[in-house]
Amino acid sequence: MNERIKKAARHITQSEGLIFEKSSPGKRAFELPPLDVPPVDAGEILGMHHRDEGIEEFPEVSEIEVLRHFTRLSTWNYAIDLGMYPLGSCTMKYNPRVNEFVARLDGLATEHPYQPQELSQGCLKIMRLLEQCLLEITGMDAITLQPAAGAQGELTGLLLIRAYLEKQGNARKKVLIPDSAHGTNPATAVIAGYEVQNIKSESHGQIDVDKLRDLVTEDVAALMITNPSTLGIFEQRIPEIAKILHAKGALLYMDGANMNALTGVTRPGDLGVDVMHLNLHKTFSTPHGGGGPGAGPVAMKNILAPFRPVPILIEKEGGRLALETVRPESIGRVKAFSGNFGVLVRALAYILAYGPGVRQATEDAVLNANYIRKHLEGYFELPYSLPSMHEVVFSDAMQKKNGVSTMDIAKRLIDYGFHPYTTAFPLIVPGALMIEPTESESKEECDLFIDAMRSIAEEAKTNPQVVKTAPHSTRVGRLDEVGAARKPILRWKPLSDSEAAD
Amino acid sequence: MRYLPKSPTERREMLAAVGVRSIGELFSSIPERFQLKKPLNLPGPFSEAEIIQYFKARAAENSYGCSSFLGAGVYNHLRSVITDTIIQRGEFLTSYTPYQAEITQGTLQAIFEFQTLMCQLTGQEVANASMYDGSTATTEAVLMAERLTGRSRVLVARSLHPEYRAVLKTYAKNSGLHVEEIPFASNGTLDLKILQASLKDDVAAVVVQSPNFFGVIEPAAALAQKVHASGSLLVVAIAEGVSLGLLRPPSEADIVAMESQSFGLAPSYGGPFAGVIASREKFVRQMPGRLAGQTTDSEGRRGFVLTLATREQHIRREKATSNICTNQALCALAATVHLSLLGKEGLREMAQQNLSKAQFALGLLEKIPGVKRTFDAPFFNEFTIELPRSVKIVNAHLLREKIVGPFVLGTPYPELTKHALVCVTETTTRTEIERFADALRRALEQPV
Repeated sequence: MNERIKKAARHITQSEGLIFEKSSPGKRAFELPPLDVPPVDAGEILGMHHRDEGIEEFPEVSEIEVLRHFTRLSTWNYAIDLGMYPLGSCTMKYNPRVNEFVARLDGLATEHPYQPQELSQGCLKIMRLLEQCLLEITGMDAITLQPAAGAQGELTGLLLIRAYLEKQGNARKKVLIPDSAHGTNPATAVIAGYEVQNIKSESHGQIDVDKLRDLVTEDVAALMITNPSTLGIFEQRIPEIAKILHAKGALLYMDGANMNALTGVTRPGDLGVDVMHLNLHKTFSTPHGGGGPGAGPVAMKNILAPFRPVPILIEKEGGRLALETVRPESIGRVKAFSGNFGVLVRALAYILAYGPGVRQATEDAVLNANYIRKHLEGYFELPYSLPSMHEVVFSDAMQKKNGVSTMDIAKRLIDYGFHPYTTAFPLIVPGALMIEPTESESKEECDLFIDAMRSIAEEAKTNPQVVKTAPHSTRVGRLDEVGAARKPILRWKPLSDSEAAD
Repeated sequence: MRYLPKSPTERREMLAAVGVRSIGELFSSIPERFQLKKPLNLPGPFSEAEIIQYFKARAAENSYGCSSFLGAGVYNHLRSVITDTIIQRGEFLTSYTPYQAEITQGTLQAIFEFQTLMCQLTGQEVANASMYDGSTATTEAVLMAERLTGRSRVLVARSLHPEYRAVLKTYAKNSGLHVEEIPFASNGTLDLKILQASLKDDVAAVVVQSPNFFGVIEPAAALAQKVHASGSLLVVAIAEGVSLGLLRPPSEADIVAMESQSFGLAPSYGGPFAGVIASREKFVRQMPGRLAGQTTDSEGRRGFVLTLATREQHIRREKATSNICTNQALCALAATVHLSLLGKEGLREMAQQNLSKAQFALGLLEKIPGVKRTFDAPFFNEFTIELPRSVKIVNAHLLREKIVGPFVLGTPYPELTKHALVCVTETTTRTEIERFADALRRALEQPV
């Protein structure tokens, strides 16, 4: 078995407790410059609000200990910087380091959102150029950069639709959502005050257009569509879908999570989409950082532009840029200040690196997915056979015969030196293996991945136990998630005296 | 292109392996008439050097090099280079949400430490990791209170950050919430008489910020008593976390919504920051957002997992507690590293310096003819002053001396025209404060 694993070898990682467990009174890792004004008596000034002592159990450690602590923790993580991270729907592509560098420049990282706008022209120009680039990429008319993430972008988009429909006299009741959609879609629709109606995909995994025609009534505000769908398949009849909705006065929302399949090749605005969000932390390479921060700009057709969240970036005479806060038809704010500006900087740096050549990234992403699909067909079941775009979805049907599930295969992939693909999603594929390699993987890395997957397929037949009990190479084995949820321990607490004596 | 690891030959080999003659064939499912015929009209491609040059040029058009007396929800605090060194490690920076616990123990343990630090700071029992920022944390805290109480009226202090109130209004509109504003009393704290009159048994939550938008500290413990008497929940928003180094934590509150920007995050023109919700253990199943929990593996070794996921959208879909998915994890990590560095003594000393410098600044400003302190309740590092003339005009004068003046309160609060919100942190030097006071004196002496 060992010679099959070409990507990884075992190595030592260090053990490390919690930062609180390293604490000892009197140690410190941070010193302030001396106070240059007369010290005041905090108790006297703050009175009943004053906290008499430092925060109990707060860590007291030295600088080297903090650095080592977090460095050691970091070595327990897998990351794009270490290798392929084929999480479907997450677009784990290379995060260029120049983006990190420019986001930290003095004059950008140092700027306060309330400083005068005449002293913020640099920030505003960055936002303006990013807006223009994203409009060109999406084929839309207007945009807001304010939403902090995809889910907040979805909410913004639905609130725009609601405001638009309300102005026509009826906000309507329902949002249609395909059964293949991300969980954020239905959760968002509810916050926007809509009832969710799930619609079943047809046998090829596409939207059932004939059924849709029946479902779209005067009660329907919008359809939320992901294109390519979470099966990695382009919704071929999307222009027709848009027409059906528009004929009934409803709008088409596109979840842009999979925009990495389309950038530079086709534009949602041209396809009839009315409003969409982009995940800058997916398509536009800003780092996931273990779960965020991201940014979820929302691009839209002109009919929705008056309702955009305030503030709106506008150009004044002489080319001066300004943030306009008074817009009577606006849906209001969805987030404080001007969005996740630091993330916007990174996304623009990414776009500038490619320019019009961004199409090559899309082509390579699609090529990688199809290359992997070609080499794993026959080893894993392909439940939907329409052409794949940037990701491919298999199922564990063949391995299930030997009791091996997609989760087992995913965990075994860890032993082979890869991060797992997305498991158990989309919901319409039982036992899904959702693989998105992105354009950042070389042929060599794709080949190693294919080898690993084929090897696991073989193991599932000949030695299913080794797959079912994987991973075998990590610091910790499979963790007791049921126990964690049943009796949640959500924070560290010091041992009581009796426990300490044990 | 330097980010793409394929040679033309490899591309040809891969296309051949797939069984297509050209890359175009792989896009054949996109109707021909919708395929772009021309390259996108985008600037670039640019080399790394050109990208840096572009952003340096933009940075030079901003305010860097000025002294600033702005706070109002975004604070300039000392940040250690250690924090940035850690969060730029690729293992943290380029890792995804830790769904695969076995290979993301680093992120998971750090989240667990973040949750612990937030509990210690706020005096609460559980904390999530994380919300987008203080504004959405406050909003989600209110929605949480609505679920917990089954009530729909919300009383919000007018002294809550105007942008937090604006975000709450946006979210509340379609959630069946009725948001009412409670004014501030003459000393700057919440008007208790009006609160008392508005508090009925249909109130889900009362929301105050402390220190509030005017810098004034609210008496959370006394408020909690009143609020609890009507079976309502007290939500305390905290925009300036460093204040907790010297202030009693709002442990009487039911939900705390905090902005953690002050813990190691650059102002960055307003984001990314990290919001956090802390609360009582018994409310945890109505809490939105990610939670890491401690558990063990089959051999009894300690490990951490994301837990209580049945609250979340990827499991519960339309019945989830929130639609949040991507959050502000790396910012939460920065706060964790920063607070570990600061430690017990460092945070306290930082808070003490803020208090001393703000007192020093007020002392100097109050000596200027016509300048008055607006509210007499205690404050931390921000305070409100009234000027004898328009703050905007004064600020224009200050700007000529490379001083970014205080926040103009008259914009969000028409009743406070000629009032300014001054912020002084440990990063503001005595010289800067003195220069500011001198410049303000001169600005007020200018003929109108």
